[in-house]
Amino acid sequence: MLNLRLSRPKALLLEVGVVFLLVLATVFGVPPLLTAAGQAYRINLLGRFLALAIAALGVDLIWGFTGLLSLGQGIFFALGGYSLAMHLQLQIPTGQLPDFFSLYGVSQLPWFWYPYYSFGFTLAAVVLLPALTAALLGYLVFRNRIRGVYFAILTQAALIVFFNFFNGQQKLINGTNGLKTDTTELFGQLVSSQPIQSAFYTCTVVLVAVAYFLCRWLTSGRFGRILVAVRDDETRLRFSGYNPTGFKVVVFAIAAALVGVAGALYTVQSGIITPDAMSIAFSIDMVIWVAVGGRGTLVGAILGALLVEFARNNLSDQFPEFWLFLQGALFLLVVTVLPGGVIGWVRTWRIFPPPTVTTYPSLEVDLEPEDDQQDSRD
Amino acid sequence: MTSKILVTENLTVSFDGFKALKNLNFSLEPGELRVVIGPNGAGKTTFLDVITGKVQPTSGRILFKGQNLRRQTEEQISRLGIGRKFQTPRVYLNLTCWQNLELSYHARKSVWGTLFPRPPRDERRHLGHLLEIIGLVPQAQSRAALLSHGEKQRLEIGMLVAQSPNLLLVDEPVAGLTDEETGKVGELLLTLAETHSILVIEHDMEFVRQIARQVTVLHEGTILCEGTIEQVQADPRVIEVYLGQPQE
Repeated sequence: MLNLRLSRPKALLLEVGVVFLLVLATVFGVPPLLTAAGQAYRINLLGRFLALAIAALGVDLIWGFTGLLSLGQGIFFALGGYSLAMHLQLQIPTGQLPDFFSLYGVSQLPWFWYPYYSFGFTLAAVVLLPALTAALLGYLVFRNRIRGVYFAILTQAALIVFFNFFNGQQKLINGTNGLKTDTTELFGQLVSSQPIQSAFYTCTVVLVAVAYFLCRWLTSGRFGRILVAVRDDETRLRFSGYNPTGFKVVVFAIAAALVGVAGALYTVQSGIITPDAMSIAFSIDMVIWVAVGGRGTLVGAILGALLVEFARNNLSDQFPEFWLFLQGALFLLVVTVLPGGVIGWVRTWRIFPPPTVTTYPSLEVDLEPEDDQQDSRD
Repeated sequence: MTSKILVTENLTVSFDGFKALKNLNFSLEPGELRVVIGPNGAGKTTFLDVITGKVQPTSGRILFKGQNLRRQTEEQISRLGIGRKFQTPRVYLNLTCWQNLELSYHARKSVWGTLFPRPPRDERRHLGHLLEIIGLVPQAQSRAALLSHGEKQRLEIGMLVAQSPNLLLVDEPVAGLTDEETGKVGELLLTLAETHSILVIEHDMEFVRQIARQVTVLHEGTILCEGTIEQVQADPRVIEVYLGQPQE
């Protein structure tokens, strides 16, 4: 099921086509439909959850394919989110400070805010700040051959450190109140206004597709097979002459960059970023999305994020008390009954006719090896 | 001395005071097929661990083609030309046989080299030939998880060869195999011995007789004796510690 050989050009073309159509449908089809149905507020929800799907892709890359269970992805989510929020906070007449600074009697902009005046720097920071942080953390951890559950615990510990730092620094980044983006301006318009929000929505949909293809490329070639080898037997890989440290650092940094982009897009569509993005529960949520959708499938990560978050949104409106129980039950259900997640479950329906299969591009590559197996058994 | 492919000098490995290897002096000629036997706990697997860098020697040194292996990591030693097969077959279960071999064969083992691979032109031919040698052509596109135990053993040996090492270290290649499969693995090793130096660790005396030319007997971390299989079997000390046991 994790047989990710590079698909034939035809299959690849088909996959690109399907994703392209899905992008067009989501950008141009879904908003008018939802508006017509009187549920325009769901466009914003969809945009936010699609941003989370990018984060899920990152988690799938490191957990589903490489076996690195990180419970600290919230760090990178927050780094991306704060980077963009700081830039937006600075969209004020020169000489002024963002409002909240006056609450704490700060009259001088902290030094690390200055580069965020630049839009280019901000875009680079959204991607590179999480990536470099992850690369540094990853290098220290992986070089010392810390793996498995110890890695998971370490990432969670790092998350708590970052949370406490962000939470406590009122004078630097407004502490627990976080940074608001909806009252700020971008290109002379309010960020919460309709045209800007539409632009962010479109941007998010396109970036989900870009992130998907980036992950497909990374996981389908030789690099992807090394990732699978790291997951299945890292020690053996050393005896094959590969140093797993480099591969793990690179993939951890790429995943962090994706989560950072997700954080930035989520922030501007929800209007605020607070240190709660680094709560322990949220980072575990990211793992649950991937588990529910199906590990090591990419499509499953996107689906899982959308399914769980829409379910949370609907159910917590109606039964606010019960969502956590439901989420726990969902996780137990997936672990015990559907270890392959939704995608793994869909794959067990052998009756799935080929035209429908194209809706799930990663299925396409899996059908081949099984045919080959049957041939070889003859 | 330097013409030897592998030399250990006064090699000692101790774990919390327990000496798994004691002042081991061992040498292997290029092109030699050597079998190391010994009762359980004699230090056979530790011997391979220390050569491949999985454990560091407490004292003494290991020379491979005259080069000291001290402080080298597993992957560095592997790239120097030492391939290792584990006691229980360790192949990448979620990759196909072909991908397993390809991964081992791949010349540029850096992150960049795998992201933007430039496979050498003769890779397909070379790997196809290798699949023939290990007899897994029909299974080339099957996931390794679907192979039988014997097929996995042969695949792992194939992966070693794909690395084109000078020295193959093979740990109990026929454990748990049927007689027929044992015969196949034996023939495979004899074929490979024409072009590689091989060090085999084995328990199965029947198999040792099939392949062995020179045998080294390890006992409690030191070499008890060395010689042809007939000489070793006639040695009273060997009979006492090993062959005299009912298992023979």
